[in-house]
Amino acid sequence: MTARMNNTIRLQVLWNRLLALVEEQAQVLIRTAFSPLVRDCGDVSVGIFDTRGRMLAQAVTGTPGHVNTMAASVQHFLQQFPLETMREGDAFITNDPWKGTGHLNDFVVLTPSFHEGRCVALFCCTSHMMDVGGLGAGTEALDVFAEGLYLPALKLIDQGIVNETLMAVISANTRLPIDTVGDTYSLASCNDIGVRRLSETMVEFGLHGIDDVADHIVDTSRKAALETIRALPRGTWHNEMIVDGYDEPLPLRATMTIDDDGIVIDFSQSADCIAKGINVPLTYAAAYASFAISCAISPDIPNNSGSLSPVKVVARAGSILNAQKPSPVGARHVIGQMVPDLVFGCLAQIVPERVPAEGASCMWNISLRGVLPDGPSQGDPFALSVTTSGGMGARFGKDGLAATAFPSGIKTTPIEIAEAQAPVIFWRKELRPDSGGQGRTRGGQGQLIELSSARSSRLRLNAAFDRIKYPARGRSGGGAGAPGEITREDGTPVPGKGQVFIEAGQRLLIATPGGGGCGTPAERSLEDIARDLAEGRISEDAARSDYGHVQPVAGGAR
Amino acid sequence: MNTLSLSADIGGTFTDLVLTGPFGRVTRKVLTNVGHPEIGLLDGARQLLAEQDVSFADVGTFVHGTTLATNALLERKGARVALITTRGFRDVLEIGTEGRFDQYDIQLSKPVPLVSRELRIGVGERIAASGEVLLPLDRADAEQAIETLRNAGIDSVAIGFLHAYANSAHEFEIAEMIAAALPGISLSLSSDVCPEIREFERISTTVANAFVKPMVDGYLGRMVHALESDRFTGKLFLVTSGGGLTSVETARRYPIRLVESGPAGGAIYASRRAREMGLERAIAFDMGGTTAKVCLIRKGEPTSASSFEVDRTHRFMKGSGIPLRIPSIELVEIGAGGGSIAGVDALGRVTVGPESAGSEPGPACYPGGGTKPTVTDAGLVLGLLDGGNFAGGRIVLDPDRAGQALENVVGTHLGLTATMAAHAVFETVCENMASAVRVHAAECGEAVSEYAMIAFGGAAPLHAATVAEKVGIERVIVPLGAGVGSAVGFLEAPVSFDLVRSLRMPLAAFDREQAEALLDAMVVEARGLLAVDADTVKVSVRRTAFMRYVGQGHEIPVALPDAGEPLDAAALLSLFEAEYAQLFSRSIPHAAVEILNWSVLATADTESASQAAAAWDADDGGRETRRVFDGNQSGWIDVPVVTRGSLSRHGLLQGPAVVVEAETSTFVPQSFQASVDERGFIIMQRKAV
Repeated sequence: MTARMNNTIRLQVLWNRLLALVEEQAQVLIRTAFSPLVRDCGDVSVGIFDTRGRMLAQAVTGTPGHVNTMAASVQHFLQQFPLETMREGDAFITNDPWKGTGHLNDFVVLTPSFHEGRCVALFCCTSHMMDVGGLGAGTEALDVFAEGLYLPALKLIDQGIVNETLMAVISANTRLPIDTVGDTYSLASCNDIGVRRLSETMVEFGLHGIDDVADHIVDTSRKAALETIRALPRGTWHNEMIVDGYDEPLPLRATMTIDDDGIVIDFSQSADCIAKGINVPLTYAAAYASFAISCAISPDIPNNSGSLSPVKVVARAGSILNAQKPSPVGARHVIGQMVPDLVFGCLAQIVPERVPAEGASCMWNISLRGVLPDGPSQGDPFALSVTTSGGMGARFGKDGLAATAFPSGIKTTPIEIAEAQAPVIFWRKELRPDSGGQGRTRGGQGQLIELSSARSSRLRLNAAFDRIKYPARGRSGGGAGAPGEITREDGTPVPGKGQVFIEAGQRLLIATPGGGGCGTPAERSLEDIARDLAEGRISEDAARSDYGHVQPVAGGAR
Repeated sequence: MNTLSLSADIGGTFTDLVLTGPFGRVTRKVLTNVGHPEIGLLDGARQLLAEQDVSFADVGTFVHGTTLATNALLERKGARVALITTRGFRDVLEIGTEGRFDQYDIQLSKPVPLVSRELRIGVGERIAASGEVLLPLDRADAEQAIETLRNAGIDSVAIGFLHAYANSAHEFEIAEMIAAALPGISLSLSSDVCPEIREFERISTTVANAFVKPMVDGYLGRMVHALESDRFTGKLFLVTSGGGLTSVETARRYPIRLVESGPAGGAIYASRRAREMGLERAIAFDMGGTTAKVCLIRKGEPTSASSFEVDRTHRFMKGSGIPLRIPSIELVEIGAGGGSIAGVDALGRVTVGPESAGSEPGPACYPGGGTKPTVTDAGLVLGLLDGGNFAGGRIVLDPDRAGQALENVVGTHLGLTATMAAHAVFETVCENMASAVRVHAAECGEAVSEYAMIAFGGAAPLHAATVAEKVGIERVIVPLGAGVGSAVGFLEAPVSFDLVRSLRMPLAAFDREQAEALLDAMVVEARGLLAVDADTVKVSVRRTAFMRYVGQGHEIPVALPDAGEPLDAAALLSLFEAEYAQLFSRSIPHAAVEILNWSVLATADTESASQAAAAWDADDGGRETRRVFDGNQSGWIDVPVVTRGSLSRHGLLQGPAVVVEAETSTFVPQSFQASVDERGFIIMQRKAV
């Protein structure tokens, strides 16, 4: 690097470089992963931290649920294994839900990055394992110990030597030893790539440490984030949203306070934890709350310790958004992914044009278990998770996105990939007519999905679906999205949470929820209504009853 | 003897022509005829040939690249397409990945599918991942679908059934029914266009192929016919998005592979120049009439990719376009060219592009040009361009009309004179391009300041050094032929074809016979698609297996031993492990390995169409002076103007200065100095501070 390059530009370039570096790392993790949730859907997170544990850059992957959770993980690792005890070639691992990302299925790996014999930074990454033993990422465990293997912060690699004892423990505690061990290796590789690239970068720029870059990133980002918050009105706002819960509905409540120092979001008034695995550790709830604020207020500021510092999230210990060990937390995403809608409800009172109506929000992951009926691995168990989504809430000026993951950004599993790896057949996966809430702008549509076992063996579905009893509400006069439905072929409803068996030859019908509408249906333009009709997005009945549209319009091809 | 080589690159604004032969290299820039691009091309080519006293009968090789397919997709001006797919899956294109390309942008819009929902038709049939037929094709359903095609007046049909890469029988069955019922209708089958697993990408590619197929087919048909009447008996090749050359027949079958052929030619041109100069790292900066392209060249090679996105809707962001699963060259493209239209946005900021005035009506200063000011108008008003000497003097530019347009659209809104408005437009377009360079470099994790910039395309040399200054690049090279760089690159591209097939094979159950049979058949097919004379031309073949650990979702390319050497599982395993460790730092002990896809790249070992280095003649041009507006000083200054041919006689030329030649002008800003090397390349080096 030339001496002529002035310092500000140099810091800018380095910042961009760190962002590019973690993006590359995330790609490595995705490309080397065994878990389909990682390789096809992008359920990963990767970040670089300074030696004080401040997050400097994070890859923008599909999982806001990991925003900032790794920052807490890094602090935990540093407490357990002080920096001065770390050696070149070491790597550490944990899946502690309260020190990691909120459930046992996410393994977190930390690798110190050495340059010229000194630790100059830390790389941390996490990805979702398909199986960690126990009852897994479902709702059914009574406590976290029944959910699977629980690894405290441990040394995974000691100066380049893999901890074979630990690997053997991991391997023996999963139904998918090859995948789980492979994914653990892929986490370590991903950090190794980061370490290698950082070292190359430091040579190129003639750096001996990255502290001045770290200060620049954190200070600049905090200042920018505070500026955007200070442009908002001061005050306190409240919102309540009811979700299906397990046996009975659960109220979620938020209080948002904005002052000169930032935003405080308090979930204390929400329902208590329950004895099923939909409880949420605070670290995960805080991640989604921060994500909601970023989306609405400061979408252009990258995530790091500085930009995230003006938002504080608190909740009463023992409330469902601050579950305490040993509450079961396997399916913490069901409630956790509702948090942005809860926060948007507060923001809608001050900046309605920046937030969408409520959406399907919680992913409708079709999580199947069974045994392989034939082939070389006959009799072996399989685990398949096809991530699917419903509709997003209507935006102020645009319809909600159909069949789109939000707030999660996880991609769906290609059907051809799902069918190639497990004995399941999808007979249908298309948009669900009349599912978007009516309004000036329409809610996004959900999907209609039909599936069956491909062979004579039965399938087990770990259901963890919400918005069946309490659909996504509209805003400013907009209608609610269609509630989700799950039924057998004869129309018998199936509960949205718990284990569901699909016998050979039977089909299961899943209709994912639509998003809420925004503004009154009377404000919707005739062209928009006519186009929705022609494309079969709304039926003629709905056009009449929801929008008072009386002109018959020819329907589309089927 | 037909020993001449001709190339033509049809861009949105200009059609560039290059002819090589015993007389060396001659070039020509003509305006693109938007309605009938082949007519503009042929007229220009005939002129160029006539000037050398030769004709099409003397041309042995004609290499052609065109933006026809790209523009059809960008402007959504393709065929009326319907998609026939498995019942229950009509929304595959719209559901896509279910992801959002920008996690934090609540307002984002996804790309609009090329087929609207009412023309996405589900038909009863089902094939399993193994290729087994679960449900036969429902012929009654198929008949009904055909009725819909007939009633809707469909020109082109994409057929994409689930798992058709594993068993194409149903696609062929319904294709036959359609062809019988609707003779002449254009058909694209996913099992033919893109036989790879992952339904969204495969069907998206197939639909895009169907969308451009009738137009490309008609165009190439007219071209071949016209060439025949001009007694052309040589070989016609088309340039592909991967930077190879392909036959007319193959191009008509897979027209989607012609997308971005111009930029691919540019990447080849820049790579050759980087190799000649021994540059480890270079950035190709290609600016034409409509867009600017940026591509990193490392160790003399552009980065290749197996997929590509066309028509990114949002700030050129990854994931915001239509995915195409075709071999391509990795580059970024933004709407910033000489014809890009300038305006003022709601916040009072000067904007440039992405709309282009193209060749019709063209910039305001063109004869018969429009009323909207463009980047070229700004260059003319600033004195950077010579209105009497543009495109070799064949297009006379009117500075008064340029100034008027700038004043009307930009100046009056902001209270600026035409000259200051021109300066604002110039700075804005350079800043936009600098951002594109930064973003692309960041995506690749590179610091561009370490790179040398190779500038080509008609508008690049005028803007390159200013862009370089903004991103911290110290050296800018304007090689010979830069004004028509892509067309020169076409003549340097290899004749090649890249085939990919999906066949899953665990190494534990490696079946050598089956693997070799598949590869042999692919080699035969690829050789056939090359359409070169097998008796006289040696064809080299590169075979690749795309491998992964069983359970992973992504494959890495592993080069296979040459044909003739037997394949075996142990050798494949060690090749894979070495490659894997190289990419991802460590291999995984004891994990099973499988092959998912196989590819064959067949390349004809012909000399590139032209090895004739351009004649580099010094001329005795003098040193003239021109008035140029210096925006930083807000005043007019006199700057020297020299020809490229005379540059060596003028020593180190200190900026600001202008170097002129027939197809382009190079602007040397204040902070740079220019010289010419022994090849005739202009080297602009940043002055020491």
